[in-house]
Amino acid sequence: MSNTTANLVALNTLVRREIVRIVRIWTQTLIPPAITMTLYFVIFGKLIGSRIGAIEGGFSYMQYIVPGLVMMSVINNCYANISSSFFGAKFSRAVEEMLVSPMPNWVILLGYVTGAVARGMVVGVLVLLIALFFTSLHVVHPLITFLSVLLGATIFSLAGFVNAVYAKKFDDIALVPTFILTPLTYLGGVFYSVNMLGEPWQVISRANPILYMVNAFRYGVLGISDVHVGMAFVVMIGFVIGLSIVALQLLKRGVGLRS
Amino acid sequence: MSPQYPYTAPALVVDNLRKTYSNGVEALKGISLTVQPGDFFALLGPNGAGKSTLIGILSSLVNSTSGDAQVFGVSVNKDRSAAMRLIGLVPQEINFNQFEKPFDICVNEAGFYGIPRKEAAQRAEKYLKELRLWDKAQMQARTLSGGMKRRLMIARAMMNEPKLLILDEPTAGVDIEIRRSMWQFVSAINAAGTTVILTTHYLEEAESLCRNIAIIDHGTIIENTSMKRLLATLDVETFVLDVTSVPAELPALPGVTLRERDEHTLEAEMARSHDLNSLFAALSANGIMVTSMRNKTNRLEELFVRLVEGGRNGQTGTHEERAA
Repeated sequence: MSNTTANLVALNTLVRREIVRIVRIWTQTLIPPAITMTLYFVIFGKLIGSRIGAIEGGFSYMQYIVPGLVMMSVINNCYANISSSFFGAKFSRAVEEMLVSPMPNWVILLGYVTGAVARGMVVGVLVLLIALFFTSLHVVHPLITFLSVLLGATIFSLAGFVNAVYAKKFDDIALVPTFILTPLTYLGGVFYSVNMLGEPWQVISRANPILYMVNAFRYGVLGISDVHVGMAFVVMIGFVIGLSIVALQLLKRGVGLRS
Repeated sequence: MSPQYPYTAPALVVDNLRKTYSNGVEALKGISLTVQPGDFFALLGPNGAGKSTLIGILSSLVNSTSGDAQVFGVSVNKDRSAAMRLIGLVPQEINFNQFEKPFDICVNEAGFYGIPRKEAAQRAEKYLKELRLWDKAQMQARTLSGGMKRRLMIARAMMNEPKLLILDEPTAGVDIEIRRSMWQFVSAINAAGTTVILTTHYLEEAESLCRNIAIIDHGTIIENTSMKRLLATLDVETFVLDVTSVPAELPALPGVTLRERDEHTLEAEMARSHDLNSLFAALSANGIMVTSMRNKTNRLEELFVRLVEGGRNGQTGTHEERAA
C-alpha cells in the first residue's frame, strides 16, 4: 500500500472518529448553540431590533445581525470542538494512539481541523435555518458566503488546535475563548457596523481579525461590508497559512506531546 | 517448525542512545543493545531505571538527545513512519478513549496505520476474540475491568500485525488467571515470528517467557545476556523446607546452612552444585522429616536484586566484564 493511500485511510479514520464524537454528544455539540442563537434572535433581533429600524443598506437590524451571529456560532463551535477534543485526547493519553502510529503530522492536523470545521458548518446551517423563522434572507454571493465561512471556520479550528497543544489543564482551553475570543467577536462588528464608531475605535477595530470574517460573510449574504472583501480574504488566507505553520511546527517539535 | 522472519536485520539495534530531560535528569546514559528477530526479550530494571524512556524513544513518544534506534534496520530518527509500521506498543498506562467501544478503538487504530476499514474490522474481530473480549466489543471501554482494559491494549497493538511487539508492564495489577491467558496469547504470537520485548516487575514471568535479557539501572545497561547464562551465574540457592517438627538444636550439615523460620519450617542455604539427596539423607539421619519444599525466591529475582544493588555499590558493567 502506498503512503498516500495509507495517509488517506488514516485521515478518513480520524475525520470519521471526530464526527462520531460530535454526533455521540450532540446535546453538548449541536443543541446549545442553536438555543443560544435563538435567544439572540428573539432578544436582539426581534425585541430590540424592531425599535432600531433599518441599520445599513436598507436592511433591518435582524437581517444585519444574522450573518454575524452565524459566523460567531461557527467560529465558537470550531474552536470549542477542536480544543476540547484534542486536549481531551491529550488528557486521557489517547493522543498516543496517533503519535505512535505512522500518521504524519499533517494528517493529524487536517483530521482534527476537518472534524471541527464539520461541526462549525452543521451549527452554522442550524443557526441559519433558525434565523429564517425570524427574517427572510437572500444570499447575494453564494461562493463568497461559502468560502468566507470555510476560511473563518478553518482559522478558529487551527487556533483551537494550537491552544489545545499548549494547554496543560482544562482551564487553559477555557481561558482563550473567555478572555480573547468572546471580546473580539463582540467587537468584531457582529451587532454593529464599525462605520458607526468614532476614531480611533474604527482604526483599532480593523486590527481585529474577526471583523474581516464577519464582514466577508455579511458581504456574501447581504452584499454589504465594512471592509474591502478582497482584503478580508487576504487576511483570512494569511491567518490560515500562518496558523497552519505554527500548528505543524508544534507537532513536529512535539510541544506538550512528546517528551 | 521454525518461524519465518521477513526481515534479515536485527529486530532492534539501540546505538549509544542518550536522553536528558529538560529538567536535567539524565534518563539514558548512552545505552546500546541488540534484539534478534523472533526473540522474546526481557528489559528489566527498577522503577526510574530508564526502561519507559527507552520504550518511549522506540515508539517515538520521547525524543532522544543523541544516538539512534533501528527497528529491522529502519531508523526511528530518520524514517519514523516506516519504523512505526513495524512496532506494536502496549503501554504501561491505559491510553485509549474510555468512552469509545473496544471494537471502534481497534478499528480506528488500524485506520491510523492505513489499514482499510473492512480489513480493520476483520482484524478487530479476530484479536478481540483471541483475547476473549468479543462479547464486550460494543460496550463503552470504561465499563471494562482492569484486566480487560489491558487485554484491549494488546488487541489494539496487534491491529497493524507488528513485527516487533513492545509490552511495557502489561500485567501490572492483573490477576493470575488473566495473566496466564495473556502470556499464552503473547507466546503464540512470538512462536509465529513476532519479536517481543517485555518489561515487567513480575520476574518469574520474565524467567519463564524470555530467552534473552537486559537489565537497566540508572540509565545504563548493567547486564545483557541470555536468560540461561544469567541464571547459571546464581551459585547459591535457598530452599524453604516444611517439616513435621524442628528439633531444639539444628544439626550441623556440611555445605548447608540451616536456619529455623518457625516450628514447622526450615531454610536451607546451599551451593547449587550441592546435591539434594545428601541433604535429605542428612536431615533424615537427624530425625527431620521433610513434607514439602520450595525455592525461597525466584532465581531471577535473586540475581536482579544482586545486580542492581551491586550496580549501586559501584560494581556496574556487564556480566562478561565482571566475570573477566
